[in-house]
Amino acid sequence: MSAGAHRISRSTPSSTAGLAVFGGLTVALATLPTWDPERTLQSPLVLVLIYLSLAQMWNLLAGFAGLVSIGQQMFVGVGVYALLTLAEDRGIDPYLSVGLAGLVAAVLSVPVALFAFRLKGGYFAIGTWVIAEVVRLLVIESDSLAGGDVRSLTRTSLGGYSRDARDDITYWLALGLAVGATAIVVLVLRSRLGLGLRAVRDSEDGARGLGVDVTRTRLVVWVLASFWTGATGAVILLHSPSARADSAFSVLRWTALVIFIAVIGGVGSSVGPILGVLVYWFIDEQLAEADTWRFIILGTVAAAMAVVAPKGLYGLLQQWRPVQFFPVRRRLVARDVPMEEPA
Amino acid sequence: MSWVNAAVQGVLLGGLFALFATGLSLAFGVMRFVNLAHGDLAILAAYLAVSTTATLDVDPFVSLLVVVPVMAVAGYLAQRFVFDRTIGPDPLPAILVTFGLGVVIQNLLLEHYSADSRGLDAGAIETRSIRLTDDVAVGWFPLLTLVCAVVVLVALQLVLSRTRAGRAFRATSDDPDTAQLMGIDDRSVHARVMAIAFATVALAGVFLGIRQTFGPAEGPTVLLVGFEAVVIGGLGSLWGTLVGGIVLGVAQAVGNQVDVRYDLLSGVLFGHLLFLAVLAFRPQGLFGRKGRA
Amino acid sequence: MTDPLLEVDGLSAGYGAFQALFGVDLTVAEGETVAVIGANGAGKTTLLRTLAGLVPATGGSVHFAGRDLLGIPAHRRVAAGIALVPEGRRLFPSLTVEENLRVGGHGGRPGPWDVGRVLGVLPVIEPLLPRPAGVLSGGESQAVAIGRALMSNPRLMLLDEASLGLAPVVVRGLYEALPDIIGSGTTVLIVEQDISQALAVADRVVCLLEGRVSLAGTPRTVARDDITAAYFGRVRA
Repeated sequence: MSAGAHRISRSTPSSTAGLAVFGGLTVALATLPTWDPERTLQSPLVLVLIYLSLAQMWNLLAGFAGLVSIGQQMFVGVGVYALLTLAEDRGIDPYLSVGLAGLVAAVLSVPVALFAFRLKGGYFAIGTWVIAEVVRLLVIESDSLAGGDVRSLTRTSLGGYSRDARDDITYWLALGLAVGATAIVVLVLRSRLGLGLRAVRDSEDGARGLGVDVTRTRLVVWVLASFWTGATGAVILLHSPSARADSAFSVLRWTALVIFIAVIGGVGSSVGPILGVLVYWFIDEQLAEADTWRFIILGTVAAAMAVVAPKGLYGLLQQWRPVQFFPVRRRLVARDVPMEEPA
Repeated sequence: MSWVNAAVQGVLLGGLFALFATGLSLAFGVMRFVNLAHGDLAILAAYLAVSTTATLDVDPFVSLLVVVPVMAVAGYLAQRFVFDRTIGPDPLPAILVTFGLGVVIQNLLLEHYSADSRGLDAGAIETRSIRLTDDVAVGWFPLLTLVCAVVVLVALQLVLSRTRAGRAFRATSDDPDTAQLMGIDDRSVHARVMAIAFATVALAGVFLGIRQTFGPAEGPTVLLVGFEAVVIGGLGSLWGTLVGGIVLGVAQAVGNQVDVRYDLLSGVLFGHLLFLAVLAFRPQGLFGRKGRA
Repeated sequence: MTDPLLEVDGLSAGYGAFQALFGVDLTVAEGETVAVIGANGAGKTTLLRTLAGLVPATGGSVHFAGRDLLGIPAHRRVAAGIALVPEGRRLFPSLTVEENLRVGGHGGRPGPWDVGRVLGVLPVIEPLLPRPAGVLSGGESQAVAIGRALMSNPRLMLLDEASLGLAPVVVRGLYEALPDIIGSGTTVLIVEQDISQALAVADRVVCLLEGRVSLAGTPRTVARDDITAAYFGRVRA
């Protein structure tokens, strides 16, 4: 058998189509301000995109690294307060600070991992929640951060921008984060890191035996997700410029809903969170103001799906019609090779 | 000497914390199952007591006769028909189902009872106390809570170590497959354990409701406190749960004193930091068996 | 002629894609000792675990004392009179030796076996009673595992790889208790890798190869060469 007779292909006709559709959608959304000048779509879309970004990151952690965290609100809050400090207190341009806010979250995530990684499974989940609480309380206690009071982005940081410019830039940032988060998940799925992660998820010992550095792999994903979640937190503040620690670090708004979205859509796939966020949008539109019913419905559906359809809507879709939306699988493709007769 | 008083109040508070933690510890010990709705179930029980006392015109202690059995049955059914399906090598389904359940309970309570704070009125016992010294007074109700916690934990420990059923629970915890070979139905064991866990958390919830006012969003506080008590005391040990609860209670009470005196940290934060310290320096807890996590 | 105590008919078993048994036929008469031999992975343990209810059967039937066994859930089989001594012993480490014995009787039938009688047959257990079961040696834990199964007063005891990991002298000591067990009316089905030991105690021997029966006979009538062939499969030239 000569070398090069086989290759590994990642694309299928449908995945190429899927990529094209995704690309087209991104372009369409990016140009939204031009074809939706009244901005009727833009405001609800920002929140949807924010949730997509958060959901993809949670998906990355839980679905790929086996890190089921209920503490991601910690990084959202850190992103919020980092932006407040950088933009209001230090006078750095708020939009440039988004990345810096993410960095702050990423740096914090390392000592957090030091504690949290000592726990496993359900106890890891609660542990991350406890640490998030600690951060929230510290922010409230802190005189400089003053989490107990309402603080806002004011003219000091936002003054240089018109109302429309602020809305548009925030929107583009949210879009960038959502598309980027999805791209990250697709890339991880395609990469050796992704293979390693899935091996870890299936069998930690087995993965170690194959040479996968489990702890380092997990840490890399953890820090990456924290960075992205922190940056998203900063964009959340840009979207609704007032913040209090209790809302910035709210487990219900920034973790529970995110988890429900990811689970309903399908954890462990790159498409799942997109489906989940569409479900969220639909339900949100139907329910208007009723906050509690959003949680009750989405929570019940997510809990039910965790038992009967563990791969979410995406999994159900795959069972019905196996279709690839992104080029992530690996297939062995044989080129034309002259067959040798057995001796 | 208000430090001494703080310590005493902390020990008494620890009794309530130990009650919070008992169900969590039992469920994890026997089934490796972490119920993230644990705290919300305590609040649910408190609200059930509110409705029961109002409807039947009885005091909260009598309402226990209704609330505890109802919750126990609910726990049995929940384990049998829902939770058991999530037990397995993947922790995700159990986390999702119980977390989702907790969120749903919180919001249903909010819908039904509104966000107003409620309380359970147990009458004079809430305010009477024994004065030990000039600085130290021991409230009757906190003392009762501590005594109940000790009684419940001792009873559970005795059941586990001295009874046929307890032996079955321990065997199931070690090796559910081989336990079946002994004629033990592991699903029945799970359901009965969860019934007991729900019963203890119901007791804890009603006592919380007597001690202080509460709202629908109070659940996570109970969960986190219970969890911290279990970790501090050590996974897999019921005694550890009692000690862990008391240590946490003392930490919070002392922390509150520090806050009052020096405006530094709050009691709750102090407790969290103690938990993190245990996690960093002695992850198996005070009485934990290594390798049980 | 009385019906056999255990009648296995075309039994297939396994998990999903991992089928381990393919149409196994086997009978055990009351009072006889049957040995199932075979190489690693031949399906011997799977056979016993399927009989005990821990592995799902995918085809065929099993009748025990005339009743359909496969319809009975695992935790009720010991009440029906089948007790498995699992491969690797699987004692409960949180329980003491005595508690392990007592839990053996948890779901069993009424009968002559109790702690005292078990100690009579396996005296090595006596000094171990208060010890936590996790700290025993291989031979000690095997004795306790057998004792635990006896506590349920089984009609049929399934003994899986009793000699695994044990020194020959220890194994012989364990097998010396077998006549007492059989003498009290318990039928025994043993799975063994040690062919000599199996042939020494068995009335009949069955060999499994890749999930199928490759040989059945009595120790006296079966030639050693045939056993080797049945054990390892046809050797390719």
